[in-house]
Amino acid sequence: MLTLTDRGLYCAAGGFHVDPWGPVARAVVTHAHGDHLVWGCGVYLTSNQGRAIASHRLGGVPVEGLDWGERRTIGDVTLSLHPAGHILGSSQVRLEHRGEVWVVSGDYKVAPDPTVTPFEPVRCHTFISESTFGLPVYQWPDERGVFADIHAWWRANQAEGRTSILYGYALGKAQRLLAGLDPATGPILTHGAVETMAELYRQAGVPLPATRPATTARQPDWERAMVIAPPSADASPWARRFGHAGTAMASGWMRVRGARRRRGFDRGFVLSDHADWPGLLEAIAATGASTVWVTHGFTGPLVRWLREQGLDAQAIATRFEGDVDEPVADEQATP
Amino acid sequence: MRRFAALYTALDETTSTLAKTGAMTAYLREAPPADAAWALSFLSGRRPKRLIRTALLQRWAREAAGIPEWLFDESYQQVGDLAETISLLVPDHGTSRDESLDWWVRERILALRDMDEARQREAVEATWRELGGRERFVFLKLITGAFRVGVSEQLVIRAVAAVSELPEEVVAHRLMGGWEPSAEFYEQLVARDTRDADRSRPYPFYLAYPLEQEPDALGTPLEWQAEWKWDGIRAQVVRRGGSVFVWSRGDELMAGRFPEVEESARLLPEGTVIDGELMPWRDESALPFALLQRRIGRKAVTRKILTEVPVVLVAYDLLEFGGDDVRGRPLEERRTLLTSLIRALPASSAFRLSPVVSFESWSELVLAREGSRDRAAEGLMLKRISSPYGTGRRRGDWWKWKVDPYSADAVLIYAQPGHGRRAGLFTDYTFGVWDGEQLVPFAKAYSGLTDEEIREVDAFVRRHTIDKHGPVRVVEPLLVFEIAFEGLQRSSRHRSGVAVRFPRMARWRRDKVAADADSLETILTLLGAAERGRNA
Repeated sequence: MLTLTDRGLYCAAGGFHVDPWGPVARAVVTHAHGDHLVWGCGVYLTSNQGRAIASHRLGGVPVEGLDWGERRTIGDVTLSLHPAGHILGSSQVRLEHRGEVWVVSGDYKVAPDPTVTPFEPVRCHTFISESTFGLPVYQWPDERGVFADIHAWWRANQAEGRTSILYGYALGKAQRLLAGLDPATGPILTHGAVETMAELYRQAGVPLPATRPATTARQPDWERAMVIAPPSADASPWARRFGHAGTAMASGWMRVRGARRRRGFDRGFVLSDHADWPGLLEAIAATGASTVWVTHGFTGPLVRWLREQGLDAQAIATRFEGDVDEPVADEQATP
Repeated sequence: MRRFAALYTALDETTSTLAKTGAMTAYLREAPPADAAWALSFLSGRRPKRLIRTALLQRWAREAAGIPEWLFDESYQQVGDLAETISLLVPDHGTSRDESLDWWVRERILALRDMDEARQREAVEATWRELGGRERFVFLKLITGAFRVGVSEQLVIRAVAAVSELPEEVVAHRLMGGWEPSAEFYEQLVARDTRDADRSRPYPFYLAYPLEQEPDALGTPLEWQAEWKWDGIRAQVVRRGGSVFVWSRGDELMAGRFPEVEESARLLPEGTVIDGELMPWRDESALPFALLQRRIGRKAVTRKILTEVPVVLVAYDLLEFGGDDVRGRPLEERRTLLTSLIRALPASSAFRLSPVVSFESWSELVLAREGSRDRAAEGLMLKRISSPYGTGRRRGDWWKWKVDPYSADAVLIYAQPGHGRRAGLFTDYTFGVWDGEQLVPFAKAYSGLTDEEIREVDAFVRRHTIDKHGPVRVVEPLLVFEIAFEGLQRSSRHRSGVAVRFPRMARWRRDKVAADADSLETILTLLGAAERGRNA
């Protein structure tokens, strides 16, 4: 059904690639993060929910869309998209050809997130799973506790007259953070990259609290404000405007103390848009697949674990990575 | 325990000394005295020795988490810290039993020492059920002997001083030496009555800052006294109440380790405290530091070792004289008193006066400094003649002016992941020098690179791995670094035949290729020179 080529996963029976690594004629795209969506393809197909974001990221190139579960026949293959729960519109790709079913997970999470349609387990013979957090040390705490901690930190900063800057990936994580914030605590400001995506979320009907661009805010507001910004803005002139601010990062990597300390933020909140170890195992089991291909992350440990459970598992190469045994340096992976 | 774990987390999450002192002060104000005593004991580095075999702990953790050994090892490699790996893997019910720190330390931590394996396991598993999250992590840090937290002794002193409203000097003095953490100890520590009775107690050591500018920036030479910077063990000899106590800078009482020094110290008058350096010494000159290492940590000192490696105290300051604290008097005066005390001892005593290096101009001193290595000294000490004996590390009156380190260009050949904040990054490197056509491992170094450089080298290691041995990667020999080190000695345990002291990366020689790196022959020439120097 699918083979791994130098442009990524290719479906010969349907004549298209899934999340190609470079320009191809037909691209089926799980979601619009940079390691899944590339420029220059002839035709793009993604979920209707994620269409606007993908098109925006491609600079206005038209993108075709499918509703959840809607079937489309391409060549000899029947294709449908199912929610992956990673970011707004992120999909799993289900492919059926002569009674055989494959599912490509893209990135996914099983934990609750009010900004996305929840992950849907899809039965298949072969499942291609991500493994960003494929080690048992990665287990997510309850999201409500994390947001309670974030608010406590915000109030503590307010008490000291300091701005709170919370860093999270501009697409997905930032909107999930916004959705979890209580606007009664104080003003919520956003970095431009976050605001652009937040607007697309709002247009798609996702309720987010009112925000203001950080650049238009004035000093007395800052001191009580929560600022949501992408990690790349850290230590930039943009961030320095807030003076001596409290800084924090929201990411699954923050589960480990070394990663928290290395990034030099005051706080690390464990909040991920990927499945944790129990989530990966649960999702894989729910597919009923007997063959699992593992990509994007800790492929080695997850493959070995699945094999020891009697599954036919193997690692496949991931874009950007030469060495499939290794996670890329954590700063580069979308957290 | 909750409060202490919260304190640990607060200290761990900030680099601001103000915030750290604030967190400690807040803790001390709230904690019961017994808890405060334990907390101070742990914060000032008096952590309990490892109470449990880590192999056992790992096995119990694997079983509790239901994962095989290989998956535990993969996790450990990613996390880089055993206590943290276990606390993340063992199921966490999210509750922590709220007992005092004192209770946990006595009942669940120190109690492990007297238990057999089966009872240890029961106790540890019970604690895993009772403690979650950061409380569990701190517990594991304590029982594995790996508890460390980024606060200096000075900060701890400052926090206690703030809470007790006592001068920092009093607190520093009371925190010196051997004490048992208990409610009584803490109450005495913060007591307003400042007459301290403990006769064994040393004074806080005064520490020098490295001199980073040219010495003439210090002003006129007349105001300064120069001495050799000895490469031995800093020690304080306390002669009080008919007894002698030898303290190391690590606040360790070195009773019985250096009998020749203790014996000679009995000849000093009552109420004397001398600061100096323990040095291996024969025929009026220093022996290599490596010999001193044979005496360190050895409880049973045999006649044989006493003859092979005699030790003296090279005395350089006087802190107490005739029972009076003389630290406030100028160095000049203290030195005169010290000289008279040492001169009054018999010639056979194990005390030597640290010689003053005379100089009239700074340029003369620069020349003298060049000869440091010939005397087994690391350089010079510069002390302001009018200065009092201070507390801790203060800028201004005492400077250490080390000779430039040795250096060699070497090639990165192996790398392995670091620990703690460097977990998951390749930060621990082995460097080789040429022995004919081959690179032989010559030094291991972990420090000296910027975070950015570390990330770059990390990426290099991942792309240029040619072999793996467990966590160690063998990499293509392409990157050259200048390795600085303080000394070198022959070693049969090292493949290169030499061992270096305090190696670190001085800089990344991007301008050099592997072929430009130094050869073992060059290193051996340095070794020859070092040995001639020591014997001179």
